[in-house]
Amino acid sequence: MTTLTLAKALNAGLRRALADDDKVVLMGEDIGTLGGVFRVTDGLKAEFGAKRVVDTPLSEAGIVGTAVGLAYRGFRPVLEIQFDGFIYPAFDQIVAQVAKLHYRSRGNVRMPITIRVPFGGGIGAAEHHSESPEAYFAHTAGLRVVACSNPADAYVMLRQAIASDDPVLFFEPKRRYHVKGEVDETASLADARPMGVATTVTTGTDVTLVTYGGLVQTARDVATAAAEDGVSIEVIDLRSLAPVDYATIEASVRRTGRLVITHEAGQQGGVGAELAASITERCFEFLEAAPVRVTGHDIPYPPAKLERHHLPDLDRILDGVDRVLGRPNSLSGVEA
Amino acid sequence: MTPSDRDATGLLTRPDHFVQLVTPAGERRADAEFDPWVADVDTAALGRLYRDMAIVRRIDTEATALQRQGELGLWPPLMGQEAAQIGSARGLRDDDFVFSSYREHAVAWCRGVSAADLLRVWRGSAASGWNPYDHNMAVPQIIIGAQTLHATGYAMGAAWEGSDAAAIAYFGDGATSEGDVNEALVFAASFDAPVVFFCQNNQWAISEPVGLQSKQHLARRADGFGMPGVRVDGNDVLAVLAATRIALDRARRGEGPTFIEAVTYRMGPHTTADDPKRYRTDEELAEWRERDPLARVLALLEASGVDVAGLERDVAAEADRAAAELRAALTTIADPEALTVFDHVYAEPNSHVERQRDHYTRYLEMFADAPTEQSTGAAASETIEGGAR
Repeated sequence: MTTLTLAKALNAGLRRALADDDKVVLMGEDIGTLGGVFRVTDGLKAEFGAKRVVDTPLSEAGIVGTAVGLAYRGFRPVLEIQFDGFIYPAFDQIVAQVAKLHYRSRGNVRMPITIRVPFGGGIGAAEHHSESPEAYFAHTAGLRVVACSNPADAYVMLRQAIASDDPVLFFEPKRRYHVKGEVDETASLADARPMGVATTVTTGTDVTLVTYGGLVQTARDVATAAAEDGVSIEVIDLRSLAPVDYATIEASVRRTGRLVITHEAGQQGGVGAELAASITERCFEFLEAAPVRVTGHDIPYPPAKLERHHLPDLDRILDGVDRVLGRPNSLSGVEA
Repeated sequence: MTPSDRDATGLLTRPDHFVQLVTPAGERRADAEFDPWVADVDTAALGRLYRDMAIVRRIDTEATALQRQGELGLWPPLMGQEAAQIGSARGLRDDDFVFSSYREHAVAWCRGVSAADLLRVWRGSAASGWNPYDHNMAVPQIIIGAQTLHATGYAMGAAWEGSDAAAIAYFGDGATSEGDVNEALVFAASFDAPVVFFCQNNQWAISEPVGLQSKQHLARRADGFGMPGVRVDGNDVLAVLAATRIALDRARRGEGPTFIEAVTYRMGPHTTADDPKRYRTDEELAEWRERDPLARVLALLEASGVDVAGLERDVAAEADRAAAELRAALTTIADPEALTVFDHVYAEPNSHVERQRDHYTRYLEMFADAPTEQSTGAAASETIEGGAR
């Protein structure tokens, strides 16, 4: 076991992937000489050279579009989109090309492309630097979408994403980049939990609380605080947003009868909407209350000094827990 | 065949120069810089280029007819662009890789794509026609200009592997306004990618004239991106072949990308769903008919003493056979089975798709007892409609 920050764990995962497979190439803006604005690719260009760790022109569509051509040629590109809010210029190449080429080519052309996206807020950043665009991609057939929440998962899931023959949007919670954790760099991928499987972070009996990425730690804190209040919360780290590991969530909800979903992204058409609908369809007779979503507001990401009024935090999630339990809460007496 | 000892760059920095080796009247124009690149093209080889163009024109005409007869859902005719496509495609090596738009039927034909595979998509029977690795030609691209980035990435990869194979991107005048194309030009120049940007300027992007895309010759843009650009008569198969060979030679020698503007004309509609009478004149059409890519080759061959009547007769017979083969190929394209809609969404097992496949399978099984005389796929869609009523 090594103690690493999440950013260093990603760095270790990339180094391992570059060493294991010479078809792996890293591409992105400022990832080479600088080592990435978050230093996730620190030292990799010096170690593997400029043809393996490629500083690209400032062109997100160019990064993703050339990666499609590289995948055609048999490469396994790993791309960095510098910030969540910078991904939109590449949207067509991701949604119309990367996602669809395996289908379009009737299985003949594989797109083993990993697109790393630092995402989420809580770091006091400027506009376009704190967004959570994951639902756009979870909506797109042909893509896999995952989010890591801790160093151990970051190390393993990134290698799994790179090894996958399907394209993966890999969301990294930038507010957790500098948080340390234990990483087992010797474990084999074959023994690791598949990235499509969710993790039950804390077990509980009263409420199932599902989240991913930067809010997993907040959800842990919610479980701790609720326990002091006599409420037992089971926290599930979703890890994979597409496809969703419904088996894990269903099993939990069948025991607790109550579901709260929280994410930083807005509510409308979000990952939580899909989870609430699907769990309602699958577990209706086990539910004691309607699923509750605690999400960012459906607004453009606000200025830094207002982001605490946008992001779900411990108290807002606890308020959602009260709602699902039928306890007094902020919306008591308010008609849905 | 290719005078590799020459420095090609100088040849291509005359974007306002219009390279034409065969005039519309069929006169051979001497060009000290381009002639060496087609010195091997004797009358026999020129006859073969004529044969290529005549056959693809016949195939194209037949496909248009098949659409009119309801056998194809749509067809984007290449009529008028035969020289641009044949001249460039015949310059390629087998291990070069083609990234095309949806109109490059002649290129596909040169790459050995079968008649049935050419039609599959347009009949609505499959998402694509052929395995790209069988012909080193990518799945044709419908998003305008997107493939130029793919070609660039492929070329970067080929160079990184130490191969001297090149990529060629086919796109149109309209595509040059797309961000993707401009980004591809930046990447290709920055990384010296062995890629040829082959722009068929056919004057029209559906109803929009090229003047709306650019205030100057498209080839002039190349200079701003830091690569040579050349403007050739796209209806002159010899000039196109020469320009493509020069560009490929540069690519193979590690000198990077080249932009070729092949000035041509789309004689037909954008697709069979288009009505060009709404946006262009008969006079313009007549003007371009005078610059026909096939007629000038015949005239040149005749002046060279070739039995042109005999050649025309033989090629027409061969083209008719190709057209008949195309029509016959329709019968070999089976209607797809209903559940194949779920195939190949992912390369690896995916729980979400598998669940939907399972649910839809159960749904279809409800109609399993319904009388059916046709294939499973057709029967399924009929019974679904019945079920909906």
